[in-house]
Amino acid sequence: MNQPLLVTATQKVGPRLSLAIGAIVILVLLALPLLSLLPDGHTLQVSAYTLTLVGKILCYAIVALALDLVWGYAGLLSLGHGLFFALGGYAMGMYLMRQAAGDGLPGFMTFLSWSELPWYWAGTQHFAWALCLAVLAPGMLALVFGWFAFRSRIKGVYFSIMTQALTFAGMLLFFRNETGFGGNNGFTSFRTILGFEITAPGTRAVLFLLTVALLLGSLYLCWWLTRSKFGRLLTALRDAENRLMFCGYDPRGFKLLVWVLSAVLCGLAGALYVPQVGIINPSEMSPTNSIEAAVWVALGGRGTLIGPLLGAGLVNGMKSWFTVAFPEFWLFFLGALFILVTLYLPKGVVGLLKKRSQP
Amino acid sequence: MLRLLLTLLLLLPLATQASEGEFFLGAKPAEQASLLEGWAAQPEPARLALLENLREGRIADDDTRKVRLNNRLRGLIDNALASHQLLSADSDLRLAAARQLQKSAQPAQMALLDRAFASEPDAAVHAALGLALANLQLGASEPRVRLAAVRLLGETGDPLARTRLEALLQPGAEPDAGVRTAAETSLAQVQRKLLFGEILGQAFSGLSLGSILLLAALGLAITFGLLGVINMAHGEMLMLGAYSTYLVQVLLQRYAPGAIEFYPLIALPVAFAVSAGVGMALERTVIRHLYGRPLETLLATWGISLILIQAVRLLFGAQNVEVSNPAWLSGGIQVLPNLVLPYNRLVIIGFALAVVLLTWLLLNRTRLGLNVRAVTQNRNMAACCGVSTGRVDMLAFGLGSGIAGLGGVALSQVGNVGPDLGQSYIIDSFLVVVLGGVGQLAGSLWAAFGLGIANKLLEPQIGAVLGKILILALIILFIQKRPQGLFALKGRVID
Repeated sequence: MNQPLLVTATQKVGPRLSLAIGAIVILVLLALPLLSLLPDGHTLQVSAYTLTLVGKILCYAIVALALDLVWGYAGLLSLGHGLFFALGGYAMGMYLMRQAAGDGLPGFMTFLSWSELPWYWAGTQHFAWALCLAVLAPGMLALVFGWFAFRSRIKGVYFSIMTQALTFAGMLLFFRNETGFGGNNGFTSFRTILGFEITAPGTRAVLFLLTVALLLGSLYLCWWLTRSKFGRLLTALRDAENRLMFCGYDPRGFKLLVWVLSAVLCGLAGALYVPQVGIINPSEMSPTNSIEAAVWVALGGRGTLIGPLLGAGLVNGMKSWFTVAFPEFWLFFLGALFILVTLYLPKGVVGLLKKRSQP
Repeated sequence: MLRLLLTLLLLLPLATQASEGEFFLGAKPAEQASLLEGWAAQPEPARLALLENLREGRIADDDTRKVRLNNRLRGLIDNALASHQLLSADSDLRLAAARQLQKSAQPAQMALLDRAFASEPDAAVHAALGLALANLQLGASEPRVRLAAVRLLGETGDPLARTRLEALLQPGAEPDAGVRTAAETSLAQVQRKLLFGEILGQAFSGLSLGSILLLAALGLAITFGLLGVINMAHGEMLMLGAYSTYLVQVLLQRYAPGAIEFYPLIALPVAFAVSAGVGMALERTVIRHLYGRPLETLLATWGISLILIQAVRLLFGAQNVEVSNPAWLSGGIQVLPNLVLPYNRLVIIGFALAVVLLTWLLLNRTRLGLNVRAVTQNRNMAACCGVSTGRVDMLAFGLGSGIAGLGGVALSQVGNVGPDLGQSYIIDSFLVVVLGGVGQLAGSLWAAFGLGIANKLLEPQIGAVLGKILILALIILFIQKRPQGLFALKGRVID
């Protein structure tokens, strides 16, 4: 037709190109753990550090995806997703601590001279229950908080502040020694998971592959959800909640569902994060961490599924480089990123790419 | 031999002050201690100057020789000095002396205290002396004396009396049953009196926290009401205000040491100007471009706060800086034996109320205030009526930030000044805004004091952390009833 050739070409090639890039990224992610199994000194060997770093970023990417689901699609900016992430992490950490302690009490409890486990530790020696907890704890909290919040139609900035206060309260609670989660040291020095050595290359590789699988699974779930009628409802909710209500929908249930789902995804990401990184402490719940997750999503592009993954990868990649190269300037850079992205990149990197390919 | 010598010394009226000082200087520490104990039991008006000098570590004003003192000797000197001060004509001095003796009196001073107690004309000093005497009599061997002492202790509302009585009630501490029962009644009496002071003290620290929250949240509420954005960098305006105070203090110390007493007053306009300037610059450069996108503004202002924190950290270091109270802000009023109201906190409560009053006047009695209220209520209509909304936004943002700067000056007088100062207050001040409603001075006032007092009253019962969590839960429940806060603007606008 009348379009320039280049535009037609990019439009035709565009989807295929991004598909190809996506396939390559997935292949690389699948290959990384296998390469890490190569013997020491091999030129292609991936170090344990790199594998852990990438695994960590993948966990963050799941958080970004979960946040995008509520922010980008449903218009609820949560500044408390770090809480759900950390709760999932703590649930897994409880199991790992029990594994490390054997029949005795975890180290920090003997240090506090406690003689028995608090009731909420019951059953955590079973992996399956820990996994259930990683889903239930963030899910139930999100359900209760969301039920109250959506019932009274808290939204916008109010909602963000309440979630921020929530994660702040959680952090304070977990900082106490009496709460029974190791105080400000949190959980660390894990040994085994399901009987396997936690630092063994094989275990690391499996954990990494599980993270990739969870990421792809949640990506598919989000894709399916946002494609469905439910996804359209969410978008309508974001853009004009009142009009949606006038059309006869009750938005509370939809909000609650997507909110709890997002929290559960975060919890699972946290549960995979802890065995890979080997530590969980209350600073994961600090409001700073949660708000940083918002900039991953904003940088990548809200309301898209690839954007948050891209954003999480970019920001965390830069962070691990910056904090080594220029530790003093990382906060300046992060701050500038917050400002510049909101001012000049409202649709994020993905929006920028789309604009380039469709002028 | 030594004892003899000491007794001789004490009894000899010929022994002049100077020779006593010389003797003290030459004695061994153990001899010095018994000398001081002797002096404490038998005070002589002429010896007061020597004891005052001894506290400074010399024997006379013009003597350069150092007296070497350890902590025990210092305590004994304080005790002996208090004994001597009981003879003073100044009732304040006598009161201070009696308080000192409550802590430090020795059995040998009992006769002295008895005499002073009997002849004391001032009621407050009389009560204090009674307590000191009772403290001593508890150690007496006759149960009758102990019983009287226990009764006397019960009539005071002093924390010290409580610890004494509790010690007495320990198993095996008191052989006489009658004294024990009397001690129990007295303890209950004392505790009743103390409870009153404790609750008042908690309420007061709640008021103090509330006044700080008020200063932090007032500007936030104004800008939130006007622009519909939450300024996450608002806490850093507090921090800038506190650091301005620090800078004013340092500069005055260097260039005008005479004015250092009044540096907080000088810091007020400086902090206001710095914070308001930064706030207006932010509004012009960043926030203005994000209108209609409140969530993005939240993120952008968070970015600004990160930059400000790191900039201050690089400029002044990550450690807290030293901001000291001037003399007129230190100390406090003793209202009850266990309740002291510090001057700095009293001044800050008054200051916060004054700031609220000024803000109210500014918003309700000036042209700018009229414009601010008009834009808050209906931006488009105000613009149609010729209000320059952009200018109003900028000025109101400056005002809000400037108030936070004033809050920073106040904070620097009661807390630590460090780069993270703003972060520790920001979430609480958000909650004040959420609770109080948007753009409402009255709402902010009630919410700030309510939150402050609730925090401090809950703290001793269930701990600071659980108290905070409980308050958060209460706020969430409260919002169920009143989603727009305590005082909502009534309107029919819907999107």
